[in-house]
Amino acid sequence: MTGETPLVRFENIQKSYDGETLVVKDFNLDVAPGEFVTMLGPSGSGKTTCLMMLAGFEPATQGEIYLKGKPINKVPPYKRGIGMVFQNYALFPHMTVAENLAFPLEVRKVPKAEREDRVNKALDMVQLGAFGGRRPMQLSGGQQQRVAVARSLIFDPDLVLMDEPLGALDKNLREQMQYEIKHLHEQLGLTVVYVTHDQTEALTMSNRIAVFEDGIVQQCAAPADLYEKPKNAFVANFIGENNRLVGKVTAITGDKVEVLSDNGDQLVASKVNVEAVGDRTTVSLRPERVFVNPEASSVDNLFSAKVEELIYHGDHIRTRFTVCGHDDFIVKVPNSTANSLLQEGNIVPIGWKMEDCLALDA
Amino acid sequence: MTTANPSIDQATALPLKEKLARTTAIQRRRAFLLTLPLVLFLLISFVFPIGQMLFNSIHNNKVSGVVPEFTTAIQKWDGQGLPSEEIFEIFVKDLAKAKKVREVGRKVGNMATRINYEMPGSRSLFTKSGRKVGKIKQGPYKEALIKIDKDWADPQVWLTLQRASYDISPAFYIAAMDMKYNEAGEIVKADELYQIYLNNFGKTLWLATLITLICVVLAYPVAYLLSVLPLRQSNLLMIMVLLPFWTSLLVRTTAWIAILQTEGVINDLLVYFGVIGEDGRIQMIYNQTGTIIAMVHILLPFMILPLYSVMKTIQPTYMRAALSMGSKPFYAYRRVYLPQTIPGLAAGTLLVFILAIGYYITPALVGGQDGLLISNLIAYHIQKSLNWSLGAALGTMLLVVVMLLYWVYNRLIGIDKLKFG
Repeated sequence: MTGETPLVRFENIQKSYDGETLVVKDFNLDVAPGEFVTMLGPSGSGKTTCLMMLAGFEPATQGEIYLKGKPINKVPPYKRGIGMVFQNYALFPHMTVAENLAFPLEVRKVPKAEREDRVNKALDMVQLGAFGGRRPMQLSGGQQQRVAVARSLIFDPDLVLMDEPLGALDKNLREQMQYEIKHLHEQLGLTVVYVTHDQTEALTMSNRIAVFEDGIVQQCAAPADLYEKPKNAFVANFIGENNRLVGKVTAITGDKVEVLSDNGDQLVASKVNVEAVGDRTTVSLRPERVFVNPEASSVDNLFSAKVEELIYHGDHIRTRFTVCGHDDFIVKVPNSTANSLLQEGNIVPIGWKMEDCLALDA
Repeated sequence: MTTANPSIDQATALPLKEKLARTTAIQRRRAFLLTLPLVLFLLISFVFPIGQMLFNSIHNNKVSGVVPEFTTAIQKWDGQGLPSEEIFEIFVKDLAKAKKVREVGRKVGNMATRINYEMPGSRSLFTKSGRKVGKIKQGPYKEALIKIDKDWADPQVWLTLQRASYDISPAFYIAAMDMKYNEAGEIVKADELYQIYLNNFGKTLWLATLITLICVVLAYPVAYLLSVLPLRQSNLLMIMVLLPFWTSLLVRTTAWIAILQTEGVINDLLVYFGVIGEDGRIQMIYNQTGTIIAMVHILLPFMILPLYSVMKTIQPTYMRAALSMGSKPFYAYRRVYLPQTIPGLAAGTLLVFILAIGYYITPALVGGQDGLLISNLIAYHIQKSLNWSLGAALGTMLLVVVMLLYWVYNRLIGIDKLKFG
């Protein structure tokens, strides 16, 4: 961070539930005011645990969490002033939507008139003006989701936590809500810590993403960096689609790594996460960065590949090739007239640039 | 279409309805057949007996069945002074005839018992006169009867007979409400000695309320614990809760006797540890305390189970959400958790209260005199005193009270919100 006090700081956080295994191992993260940080990872990777520690529902086994520079390990959840949206919304079923929204204000002893005013504003903000008198059960999933978001924002918290808030929605609604939350974040200047296992969601919404695996943050970076420059094979694999070729490093010159694939093909790749000649490596490259029938001079790697399968996707054709000893090499071939001649069983040249293929850990 | 013809609409709508009815007819018939055994069982074992009981509480033919001709005659009497010589004659002849009857329920003794309900001590008057009345061969019947027993000169006897001669009468409800007819035939409060039923109703309601409250207090935390504990522990706890269900009611109740009696386990321990002296043993059974303790124990699972089933569905995120919004734990509990347990609480309370108000066996075993409930009095009248009509009247009043409470409950909480599990 750039000198400014981070709103949230996790410092060497460890968490164990059973006293034997660590669910979170040495977690460090700073969240700047106004930032949208997503904790992304497969289930059981420790991301939700970190969120619960921040909210105050789970104590950290070791380390300290700071909110606005103050340690909060001993502050109970109701004194932290953190808004939270839960996975199943946790809207109180026995209260109306308006009562649900008024709850945080009621707790803060906001006068009745002001309370009503703010509830109405919040309802308008999430376009549910006419639904104040309904019970949560009478709303659709998307509407419940909006109420949950509005409820977490109504007391103007410094920080809003969201625990897989869109998990229960269908795909279209999920995408729509992603934009709505993103817009709220921008309009209101919120600081959001968001947990999800959906990488598309993380990429769409976040300023920064912390990728969790096995209790450790594998990489914490902006979405583009995460996608373009994954630090290791796990991140490359977890974020977006990814072709992997395994082999051995034969030479390193500056940023350039020469790799001998297991079936004897020679590749050149960018150096990211390999140390020395002789290391095992996974070379990672995105399906959309591979060209079919490229001009030999425009690519650094050029192989002949056999077309195994063509799957029509409208704007592109997903094509599965066998190349360098791997039969699961996916290429997104644009649906253009030039490419329409591809047939299963064809042998065609494919190639890619050195910058697009990264030599990562094995 | 501007020229919509309703008859055409009807013509097309009707066959559709008919078609639907025809296709669902088989299903409906099958459903009815499936429930038929239960319907029949309920009719025979529940609806009919209850109807019979309701009828019994206002119907008693122990006078009209024994002295039928006298019954018609006395009902025409104006109630002034003594009945006429003519009525006396009919009575004597009817009584003499009745003496020879051996049919159960039509003996003189049955009538004597019936009159004795309203005129305590009058039984022997009838039985004695019944034996001697055969000797009266000719008039004046009035004097002859009074000669057998001078009580026949008392107009009260004849007034009571007149009242009892009607098959349908509110007499048993009047008795059940601790009232009686005075000499002028007005309904007044019974003598203090005979005022037992209303007091007992009051006591029964009070004890049932107390037992329900104790059950709520004891069951709520246990049900909560059950709903939040990990499966293994909660299973064990659930077995402990259900264990009483698997033990005979009689065994459980007698176990309480062994524990609570003055020479029982608790008193022995207290004496052993010197908390109380040998002569200071505490009376914990054969009184209200015993009834309360044993009944709370027996009814507790009925409170725990509905509460548990409701609490199980309340996700912990509700409380977390409330806390995250700045609510202190107790406030969150009161505003968020407690209201969501109301359906279970309502179900448990209703169940325990209604069971408690009609409970019979436990108070009979451990209640002593003090801890007897209204159901014990009903049982007494059905089994011992054989005053079925009074028992039925008391039973009906109990039924009305329960239904009244049910109605109030429905108004307050809504019966559709109940959750039994």
